[in-house]
Amino acid sequence: MKKNTLTSSQKGLRPATKKNFVTYAMVIAFFVIFQTLSSTGNLKNTYRSLLVPICTSVIMAVSLNLVVGVLGELSLGHAGFMCVGAYAGSFFSVLMQDVITVTWIRFTLSFVVAAIAAAIAGILIGIPVLRLKGDYLAIVTLAFGEIIKSVVNVIYIGKDSSGLHIAMSSTGLNLDSDGVIILKGPQGITGTPKNSTFVIGFILVMITLIIANNLIDSRTGRAIMSIRDNRIAAESIGINVTRYKLMVFTIAAALAGCAGVLYSHNIAALTANTNNFGYNMSILVLVYVVLGGLGNIRGSVIAAAILYSLPELLRGLSDYRMLIYSIILIIMMIVNNGTFFVQLREKLSFKLKNKSKSSSDTGKEGV
Amino acid sequence: MKIKKILAVVLSLCMIFALAACSSSIEDEEASTEEAGASTSSEGTIKIGGIGPLTGDVAQYGVAVKLGAELAVAEINAAGGINGYQIEFKMEDDVGDAEKAVTAYGSLKDWGMQMVMGTVTSTPCISVASEAAADNMLLLTPSGSAVECLEAGDTLFRMCFSDPNQGIGAADFIADNDLATTVAIIYNSSDTYSTGIMEKFTEEAAEVGLEIVATEAFTNDSATDFSAQLTNIKETGADLLFLPIYYTPASLIISQATAMGYEPTYFGSDGMDGILGMENIDVDLIDGVMYLTPFIESSTDDATVNFVESFTAAYPDQTAYMNQFAADAYDAIYALKAAAESCSITPDMDASTVGDLMKVAMTEITIDGVTGTGITWGEDGEPNKTPRVAKIENGEIVAA
Repeated sequence: MKKNTLTSSQKGLRPATKKNFVTYAMVIAFFVIFQTLSSTGNLKNTYRSLLVPICTSVIMAVSLNLVVGVLGELSLGHAGFMCVGAYAGSFFSVLMQDVITVTWIRFTLSFVVAAIAAAIAGILIGIPVLRLKGDYLAIVTLAFGEIIKSVVNVIYIGKDSSGLHIAMSSTGLNLDSDGVIILKGPQGITGTPKNSTFVIGFILVMITLIIANNLIDSRTGRAIMSIRDNRIAAESIGINVTRYKLMVFTIAAALAGCAGVLYSHNIAALTANTNNFGYNMSILVLVYVVLGGLGNIRGSVIAAAILYSLPELLRGLSDYRMLIYSIILIIMMIVNNGTFFVQLREKLSFKLKNKSKSSSDTGKEGV
Repeated sequence: MKIKKILAVVLSLCMIFALAACSSSIEDEEASTEEAGASTSSEGTIKIGGIGPLTGDVAQYGVAVKLGAELAVAEINAAGGINGYQIEFKMEDDVGDAEKAVTAYGSLKDWGMQMVMGTVTSTPCISVASEAAADNMLLLTPSGSAVECLEAGDTLFRMCFSDPNQGIGAADFIADNDLATTVAIIYNSSDTYSTGIMEKFTEEAAEVGLEIVATEAFTNDSATDFSAQLTNIKETGADLLFLPIYYTPASLIISQATAMGYEPTYFGSDGMDGILGMENIDVDLIDGVMYLTPFIESSTDDATVNFVESFTAAYPDQTAYMNQFAADAYDAIYALKAAAESCSITPDMDASTVGDLMKVAMTEITIDGVTGTGITWGEDGEPNKTPRVAKIENGEIVAA
C-alpha cells in the first residue's frame, strides 16, 4: 500500500488536486497583481473599491455552489445566512470596540462569532427544511431569507451599564441615560469599523476554496454527490442522507456568514433590504453559480468576480449600463448552455486535443 | 432550429454593437468636449460629483436630483461660473445601494471630483460620508435625511431637514396652529426614514402638549391593507392622523379610512409630496391633507417662480420630476457655488484642500433658495431653515 501511494505521488498529482491547484494559483495571481497595483497606487479608485465586494461575492458563490451544485438542492435563501453573519459580526465589533482594542483580534473573533451564528441558523433551518425536496425546498428557503430580513428589521438591541437590552421598539429598551442603541431596527447598525481589506478578503476566499475543494474530494464529498445523483441508491447503501445534507447546509451557511462580515465591515451603514439580503441577492448569487457551472468551484469564482464587477466596469456606458449587463447575462447563458454552442465547444476541444497530441507526437519524433 | 438560434445570437450581437456604438459616440462627444475643456483647462473647470440612484427601485429620486443639479449648473455656467471658472457636474449611479455608492464615489474620485453633491438616499449616504470624511472631501447631501449621514466628520453637510427635525417641525406646527389635541400615528416600521420621524415626533409631541393616543405600524410587505390599524385608531377617535410615510401607502390609508367612515385631519412628512400627482387619485378624498415639504410649486416667492419657469423650459417633457428632490439639488449646487466663491476655490486645488476651505465657508454663507430663505448651516452640517407646510385644497397644492 505504501509503495502504491509513493508511486502515484511520483507520477504527479491526482487530476482533481491539480485542478484545485490551478484554481488556487489563479486566485493568488489575481491577488498579487491587484495588491501590487493597489499598494503602489496605480490602481484606480473605482477598481480598488471593487476588490473587497468581489471577495464577498466569490465566497457567496462558492458556498452556494456547495448546496446547489454538489448537494443538488436548490436553495434560494443564501442571502439570509449572509445577513445573519453580517449582523452578528457587526454587532460584535461595535459592542467590543472599546473592550478589544487590537483590531485583528476583534475582527478575527467577529468572523468566528458570525460563522457560528450563521451555522446555528443553518442547522435550525436545515433540520425541518432538508426533509423537503426540489421546489418545496426552494420555496421554504426563499421564505426563510425573507423571515431573517424581517426579523433583523424589528429588533432593537442597546447596551448600558446594566447589560444588553433587547426589544421590539426603541422605547421598549428602557436604557439608562448612558445607554447606546447598537441595533436600531430598520435603521440597522451604523458605525461598524471599516476593517475589511483586500488581504483579509483574499485569505477568506482561499480558506473557502480549500474547505470547498477538500470537502468535494473527500469521502464525505463522494457520499454527498451520491445523494445528489441518486438519493434512493445512496440510502440503500447506508448513507445517512439527512446528516450529510445538514452538514453541507451548515458549512455553506457558515461561509456565507463570513462573507456577511466582510460585507458589513466594508460599509459604514448596515441595513437589511431586498437588494442586499433579500431574494434579489439570493438569486444574484444563484446566477453566479449557474453561470459558472453547477458543481464547478473554479467556475463560480470566475463568474462571481466577472459578474460582480461588470456593471461597475460598464459605468462608461452611462444610461445603457444595466441594459448591456442584462444582454451580456443572456448571451452568457446561451453560450454556456445552448445546444449549438455546447456542440461547438466540444468540437473545438476535441480538435485542440488532437492537435496537441499530434504535435507532441511529432515533437517526440523530431527528438 | 439551429439557423434560428444562430440568427438570434447574431441579431442580439448586432443590437449590442449598435448600442455600444451609440454610447461610444456619445462618449466620444463627451471626450471631445472634455478635451476642449482640457485645452482651456489652463483656466480649468471646478468638478462637482453627484451620486444617486439613476436606476433601480428609487430611481425617481436620483433622476430628479440629477435634473435639478444640472439645471443649476447650466445656469451658473451661463452666468459666468464660480469666480470665472466653469463647473463640470457628473452624476454616477448607486442603485440606492451602500456598497455600489462607494464604488461610484471611487469612480468620481478618478474623474477628479473636488466636492460631492450626494448621495440622494440615506443608507448609501452614510457609507459614502465615512469615505468622504476620511478623504476630507466636502459632501453636501441634497436629500439624505438620516441623522447618521453627518456623523462621520466635519466636511459633511445637508440641504434637507434631517428626519428628527422633520418630526419636531411637524409636532410644533400642529401644536402652534391648534390642528388637534389627540393624535394617532401610522408609520412604516421597516423604513429608516419613517421610524426616525415617528420617534422624534413622539418626543416633541409630549413637550408641546399633544396627546398621542395610538401608534400603529406596518411594514413594506404589508403595505396594502390597513384595516386593522385603522380600526384601532378609529376607536380612540383621534382628531389628527400623522403619517410619516411615502405617498403610496398614505393614499391607501386615506381611502380605507374614508371607507370606514373615519375622517380625521391628515398630516404627513415630505414623503407625502407627490400624492396629488398619483394616477387615479380621488382629489376629493385627499382634500385638506397637509404635509411638510421644502418645495411648493405654487409658491409665489421669486426663487420658486424662477425655478419652476426655468425647469419647465429646460425639461418640458420631464416636469413630473419637478419636486422637492430637484429643488433640494438645485439649492445644493447654488450653496456650493456660494461657498466656493467666498473661499475662492480654484480648479487646481485637490479635494482635501477644497474640503478644508469649504467646511469653514459653508458655515458662513446664507442662501435664499427654492427650499427656504435665509438658509444657514451650523458646524454640525445641519441647515437652519423654517419648515414649510403644504395643504391640498380643491386639487391644488397651496402653502398652509
